[in-house]
Amino acid sequence: MTSTMTRPRAEARPGRGGFGRLLHAEWTKFRTVRGWTLSTVGAVLIICLVGLLATAPASESHPNGSSALPVGPDGEAVNDNFYFVHQQLRGDGTLSVSVSSLTGVVSTGPTDSKAGLAPWAKAGIIVKDSLDQGSAYAAMMVTGAHGVRMQYNYRHDRAGRSGAATQESPRWLRLRRSGDTLTGYQSADGSRWTEVGHAHLPGLSATPQVGLFVTSPSVKEGTGTGTGFAPAVATGSFDEVSLGGRWTDGSWQRGQVGRDAGTSGSYTQDNKGGATVSGSGFRVTGAGDIAPVVAGPATSGVRTIENFLVGAFAGLIIMAVVGAGYITVEYRRGMIGVTLAASPRRGRVLVAKALVMGSVAFAVGLVAAAVMVPFGGVRSKANGFPVLTVPTATELRVVVGTGLLLAVASVFALGVGTILRRSAVAITLVVVGMVLPYLLAAASVLPDGASEWLLRVTPAAGFAVQQSVERYDQVVTVYAPSSGYFPLAPWAGFAVLCAYAAASFGAAVVLLRRRDV
Amino acid sequence: MEKTIDGSRATIEVRNVHKRFGSTRALDGMTFTVHPGQVTGFVGPNGAGKSTTMRVILGLDRPDEGAALVGGRPYRELRTPLTHIGALLDAAAVQPSRTARHHLLWLAHSQGLSAGRVDEVIRQVGLQEVAGRKAGGFSLGMRQRLGIAAALLGNPPVIMLDEPFNGLDPEGFRWIRGFLASLAEQGRAVLVSSHLMSELQDSADHVVVVGRGRVIADMSVRDLLASVSQGRVTLRTSALTQAMTVLAREGATVSSAEAETISVTGLPAEDVVALLGANSVPFSEISEHRASLEEAYMELTRDAVQYRGVVPEEAGR
Repeated sequence: MTSTMTRPRAEARPGRGGFGRLLHAEWTKFRTVRGWTLSTVGAVLIICLVGLLATAPASESHPNGSSALPVGPDGEAVNDNFYFVHQQLRGDGTLSVSVSSLTGVVSTGPTDSKAGLAPWAKAGIIVKDSLDQGSAYAAMMVTGAHGVRMQYNYRHDRAGRSGAATQESPRWLRLRRSGDTLTGYQSADGSRWTEVGHAHLPGLSATPQVGLFVTSPSVKEGTGTGTGFAPAVATGSFDEVSLGGRWTDGSWQRGQVGRDAGTSGSYTQDNKGGATVSGSGFRVTGAGDIAPVVAGPATSGVRTIENFLVGAFAGLIIMAVVGAGYITVEYRRGMIGVTLAASPRRGRVLVAKALVMGSVAFAVGLVAAAVMVPFGGVRSKANGFPVLTVPTATELRVVVGTGLLLAVASVFALGVGTILRRSAVAITLVVVGMVLPYLLAAASVLPDGASEWLLRVTPAAGFAVQQSVERYDQVVTVYAPSSGYFPLAPWAGFAVLCAYAAASFGAAVVLLRRRDV
Repeated sequence: MEKTIDGSRATIEVRNVHKRFGSTRALDGMTFTVHPGQVTGFVGPNGAGKSTTMRVILGLDRPDEGAALVGGRPYRELRTPLTHIGALLDAAAVQPSRTARHHLLWLAHSQGLSAGRVDEVIRQVGLQEVAGRKAGGFSLGMRQRLGIAAALLGNPPVIMLDEPFNGLDPEGFRWIRGFLASLAEQGRAVLVSSHLMSELQDSADHVVVVGRGRVIADMSVRDLLASVSQGRVTLRTSALTQAMTVLAREGATVSSAEAETISVTGLPAEDVVALLGANSVPFSEISEHRASLEEAYMELTRDAVQYRGVVPEEAGR
């Protein structure tokens, strides 16, 4: 062939700005390698697939009971199970009572039991929107080991006087309703009252259910093989029940709220819920809890939304492989020279790569989570597994957080890949540093202490952003990685991962600028 | 062909560039200028610093001292560098799983160029048939064409190719040679490196000969030939003694190995003819044996080649 040089016609057009051009070029690079686009789709699929396999119903262990947990006013799954002596009252008023004892029985076997009281066993007074589980409420109570408390709408807990209620030293409790505001008082003698706290219950019914309640979560016990929870019931003695303000005595009704004791316990063989009149008051026996549902051994049959996202680690590995390869393939082939000759401002090249890679990985996590969270929930309920509902904001954080988790992890891999210029080493480093600690912790291979330490100091801390379950001081469970509780708060854990990514990316920029290609 | 290129942008200036890799001195005061409208050959033995110089020009390697300018500006200041200089350093520098067209497309996007421009350069280098195929399956010749297409993408006034003839078949060789000539005709500055002067003999108008990291010779091909041409003239004459006397008197080295034949060195053929004519010395035949460019080059670089073992190609990498 002879030279048939034609005169070039197209002159360079200024077109878009410098960084826009770079971004466009890096995006073109990404989308024109079939292996990378297939990996991207594959990462979405594998997150879904692993999630489906991990939450497939085991054929022999079908959980009993309802597949739906009640949901509180804030949108979170709650236990709302207690024995209730109540009447419906109109408008504003006060209810006062003295609690002179709170005792309990803990089941020690199928037929045996012993005396014992759960620390958060509760006996007190409550103003509740309706008898429906999950409805709004405010309550004053005596607890097994945490003294007088004011609690409302499941999540909120305020301490009053400490110490146990006894015959000699009863605890006086009072709730005053004034419109949407409920104020809790305590007293040692029934005449001098101090405020413990107040709650706003917007939209509280004009005719709430008001009365006495007793409930008891199961008792956490160390066993030879780990932590177990034993069913427990509690009995409280109430005296001097009095209504004030515009509230006037009607007839007291009694009954169980919630069919059994919920996920936090159950009645024992010999102890059922009930109430008897004694003197000027009542003796009430109940089990269950009025509190948010938490994850842990007591709720093993309950699914959390992060259960549907356990496949995220697999998608993360794929995106880390792509993220490292996105730069190391350029080193392997010498293409980095072409790239940097086309765009001599090197830091911007890496920023453009990070934006492209991060956006792709973000989309992978977001799409997979947006599919799996609702789909996993529907499927679990259909299979008879209740799902631990969380507030919409939490669900949104988990879904978006899964995208961010993959995005930052892939940028982390990109940075490490740039530093090392070798794909295999970079990928190994990211997987060992990030995925391995997560898997060891999630699979309970390590003791909880070691797991917690790993999930604080390694990039695996970032998985905390997927945690939907919350910690509550007033609910006892095993707050440990094995139950789905990360040692750091969701965004704090994510910040640890971000710090690793920022460090690797910063070092990568400095090295790329300084090195001869 | 009309000139389409602004000559002031069509230059490369390399000024006193020094570069060390560890204890190896790769460039040692490299200085030369590439001018528009001609093909400049960049020749030297392996390890002379040709590739390193080109990498410094492209801002890929940072010089310890000195500077390289493209169209009067340092490379790293260029915002769309491929519209200032198109370069092919390594034809293998493509991702094997990406098609040729896509390789050019991302490069075009990085300079704000359109996809239409990509199709133009694909036609220019004759890769239309294979543009949709993965570059990993390309022969060396096809990769060279792809690399040249990339260099042409921004229609730059300067073109720089590192060893473009390496491993090419004769047809590819001819094609590139013709291509380079046409680029120079358009007024572009063209710099082409090779470790073999023979490859440049008919391609380059000007040569920069380098050895051990510095310029040994920087001149037109014609001047280079003349400067080192120890022209040997063979003369047949019946007046052997008379001829030898006349020529020796003018400083030539003369010898006679056979009857009626003299071998003359140190005087060009024209001078020999003039001298013999002026002294009325008869001769029957005169022939000049010209030194080839290759011989000239070997002569120049003999010194540099002796250090090949000390200054390896791609030193320090």
